[in-house]
Amino acid sequence: MHDDTQNHSHLDPMTARVKALETILTDKGLVRPETLEAILQHVETKIGPRNGAQVVARAWTDPDYAARLRADATAAVAEMGFTGRQGEHLIAVFNSQTEHHLVVCTLCSCYPWPVLGLPPTWYKSPPYRARAVRDPRGVLTDFGVDLPDTTRIRVWDSTAELRYLVVPQRPPGTDGMTAEDLAALVTRDSMIGCGLAVRP
Amino acid sequence: MNGAQDLGGRHGFGAVVPEPEGELFHAEWEPRVLALTLACGALGYWTLDESRHARESLAPATYLTASYYRIWFEALCALLTRHGEVTEEELVIGRKLQDGHRADRAWTAAAVPGIMAKGGPTDRAATAPARFAVGDRVRTRNLQPATHTRLPGYAREKIGTVTALHGAHVFPDTNAHGQGEAPAHLYTVAFEGRDLWGADGDPGLLVSIDAWEPYLETA
Repeated sequence: MHDDTQNHSHLDPMTARVKALETILTDKGLVRPETLEAILQHVETKIGPRNGAQVVARAWTDPDYAARLRADATAAVAEMGFTGRQGEHLIAVFNSQTEHHLVVCTLCSCYPWPVLGLPPTWYKSPPYRARAVRDPRGVLTDFGVDLPDTTRIRVWDSTAELRYLVVPQRPPGTDGMTAEDLAALVTRDSMIGCGLAVRP
Repeated sequence: MNGAQDLGGRHGFGAVVPEPEGELFHAEWEPRVLALTLACGALGYWTLDESRHARESLAPATYLTASYYRIWFEALCALLTRHGEVTEEELVIGRKLQDGHRADRAWTAAAVPGIMAKGGPTDRAATAPARFAVGDRVRTRNLQPATHTRLPGYAREKIGTVTALHGAHVFPDTNAHGQGEAPAHLYTVAFEGRDLWGADGDPGLLVSIDAWEPYLETA
């Protein structure tokens, strides 16, 4: 962990600088090594897009749940056991034949952690943040998605502490599938609005 | 602030490069930066808004070329030095020269799941009624502070429609600078694409921002 406390000159600059800071902070008692591991374990196992996929699949199969999700997404998502940091104020937006939703944070990297986990690199990078609000159809093309010109696009720029979850349309040919099987069709990108749910 | 973070609508950054689900880190130091950033937030020196401002205050050339975790790292170093927990000299030599001040606040590992699951809601009791209602036409003000704001440049001095009210929330423009939470009503305001981007804008595009009441005036 931080046994090599002083000479990081053999490492690349970022590795060396981060190790140095971690060493300083742990030696000062300001962070504890086991706490860092617990944080990483949490972000790697407790949050992530499989949570969001369960929410979407349930909304597809349970109209009462879909109505609750539309009315108060924070509470409806909490029913599934998903709460917390960067998901304190959730809003679910539902794609339809006539309207497609896409979520961005042009100013930083705001993203609904409890349901989608940590944001992918592209979500935090200038190409996406610059273009999503001006040319979302062009962005969708980068993801291999072509929407009809008649489909309106609504882009949600996450400028406050509200966090948006896109509920993609249920794909055709999925009648009778269980929520568990349906969840496997729900991709992370489809819940940002940069993709569609997968056809079985 | 009119910094490099205000990216909405900028040209020239090229195509988006998708990546597979689960591919979250691209170097071993990146998860360390994530964990250190969250753990240091527990020390209670700065708010989320102050940390965002520290990131956007990086030199534009650095901001636009650094990976996002590098941006977090540079901001974390700036915050820790600003609040006196780490010195520049310590960062240079890579070891502790003075004791930590708030070690008593460090999270235990056992506390992490509860803290992460609880989060930090930003809604607050309103001190005045909301000035606008759903359906109201509003104009965003021409606010260009050198300090932190969450009104993006592309949505300044634009007319849009209020589509939702969210009650009062902590106001980042003050909270980022130690000037208190100053809760203000928060609205979702939607703009037609062509009102933002001109005649070449997508006619089927609606873009919304979440805007605090001080950003808005009656159109």
